[in-house]
Amino acid sequence: MSARVLALERRQADASVAREWRRYVRAYTRSASSMAGLVIVIIFVVVTAIGPWIVPYPEDARGAVHLERKLQPPSATHWFGTDEVGNDVYTRVILGARVSLEIGLIITVVAAFIGVPLGLVAGHVGGRVGETIMRVTDVFLSVPALVLALAVVGALGPGIVNAMVALSLVWWPGYVRLVQAKTLALGQETFVEAARANGAGRLRIVRVHLLPNTFSPIVVKASMDMGAAILAAASLGFIGLGAQPPYPEWGAMISHGRNYLPTWWWYSAFPGLAIYFTVLGFNLVGDGLRDLLDPKSRG
Amino acid sequence: MLFGLLCLTFAISHVMPGDPARLAAGPDANESMVRTLRAKYGLDRPLGVQFARYLGGVARGDLGQSLRSRNAVLDDLVRYFPNTFELVTSALLLAVAIGVPLGMLSAVYQNTWIDHVTRVVSVSGVALPAFWLGLMLQLLIALQLGWLPLGGRLGLTAAPPAPITHLLFVDALLRGEWRTFADAAAHAVLPVVTLCFPALASILRVNRAEMLETLRQDYIVTARAQGFSGFRVVTRYALRNAMIPTLAMVGLRYGWMLGGTILVETVFDWPGIGLYAVNSAVSSDFQPIMGVTLLIGLNFMLANLLVDLAYGWLDPRIRRPA
Repeated sequence: MSARVLALERRQADASVAREWRRYVRAYTRSASSMAGLVIVIIFVVVTAIGPWIVPYPEDARGAVHLERKLQPPSATHWFGTDEVGNDVYTRVILGARVSLEIGLIITVVAAFIGVPLGLVAGHVGGRVGETIMRVTDVFLSVPALVLALAVVGALGPGIVNAMVALSLVWWPGYVRLVQAKTLALGQETFVEAARANGAGRLRIVRVHLLPNTFSPIVVKASMDMGAAILAAASLGFIGLGAQPPYPEWGAMISHGRNYLPTWWWYSAFPGLAIYFTVLGFNLVGDGLRDLLDPKSRG
Repeated sequence: MLFGLLCLTFAISHVMPGDPARLAAGPDANESMVRTLRAKYGLDRPLGVQFARYLGGVARGDLGQSLRSRNAVLDDLVRYFPNTFELVTSALLLAVAIGVPLGMLSAVYQNTWIDHVTRVVSVSGVALPAFWLGLMLQLLIALQLGWLPLGGRLGLTAAPPAPITHLLFVDALLRGEWRTFADAAAHAVLPVVTLCFPALASILRVNRAEMLETLRQDYIVTARAQGFSGFRVVTRYALRNAMIPTLAMVGLRYGWMLGGTILVETVFDWPGIGLYAVNSAVSSDFQPIMGVTLLIGLNFMLANLLVDLAYGWLDPRIRRPA
């Protein structure tokens, strides 16, 4: 084939990819709730990026003490009020976004990196190895993630790093399940059989045929998991096993503010709202992506 | 499965790079004290021996001792578990009792105001942090309005009924102690609602989606054409078929609730195994956490078994061997 024909084919392929993308974008933007989710997530990401430059009292994130202005109600100078040592709650909530994003990303990425390869092996290779992987996965799935994470943090000791380690350790089995089921189903497809008949090696089948086709359910799950992981980390923070003060983590802030209810309600109310909107945003985006990429698994 | 679960709790407690002996000895202990403790608990033996001893202990009902309460872990679990069981079961029943009819209604009246309201509920429910929701309910209803008590299981003046089943509600009813029952119920409202809300949201969602799907099927159209009343078609024909995926969600949510109860019990000072686990974890008291993990895992397995049995009851096709 001449270089010109190749270039032409290339261009056609590019055009069809672009068309496909435009179709996706149109379908996604048509759903009001998906767009609302996207807007929330974008705001969240922007806030994490520029947070340190827009907050009025950056030193308050590291536990400065201004007793002269402690426990003040929301006002023009302190939008969300101040806490028991006079730190600006608004500053801490904004900087807490970065903490939450880091936690959510790390947990989700680590879980996918452990779970996806194991799921591919279990679904594609099968046999004794696959059986073992699935057994171990089932055991992990038999204990609710938060309980298991509590046990692991109990063993390692409290702290934000240990909380992340614990949640990553308990988060991967969901990916194994998902990828294994998908791989098993794909293994029956004609195009995989054709590739096998053509003499494609196992690795090539996995890389070219299986992995790309499991991609969309993984993306959907990951976007949902971002919300869930943020929620779980905040839960550990709330019960005192996650981030330790004065670290600006939302769950730990709520836990501290709890002692100042009901008079000083703003202390724990605003971090909770921040968690709520963030998780809501990721869930709505996940929902929208699922309708788009994986409409059959709705529910 | 059970063996796997035991392996897991053992792995967390013995193989993870924490040192239970050092934790038990406290921060001021010197090296020799830690070594003595290690020898006392057999932590210096090879892992295989430790595992065999652990299995033997569990088989005899020996889950170790709580350093904080000085009781055997099993005794503590027996004392606290009924409270958790009552909380989780009430919340789950409430979630199903509200979620299933609401999901049905919002599917039947799709795109009306009922549907919009339920969608807001279902979207918010999953994203609201349970512990924060609990705190805000406390703030509004218990502290501001004073309608319901703040936390705990019973008021200070109420004496618990003499135990029969160890389930406070059931015992109060059986003994005919209405005042105790009412007091316990008032204390239970906020925790049950808090725990129920996320589960309600997802049950609602699944049931709505499934109902929409089934209502489009040919046999529903046929049934309507044959002149069956709308109510009968919806409840007898559609709901029954939509219940199977809903039930799967109920099973899943039960597991979530067993995790969520940790948070809700912490907020409401509810004396269950969740609060027990948190208090133990905060004071690095190790054996109780493992006991709770084991108990919750066991519960979740049982729940899944029940769900599988219920499938067969709802769907005759599953009963027949393939």
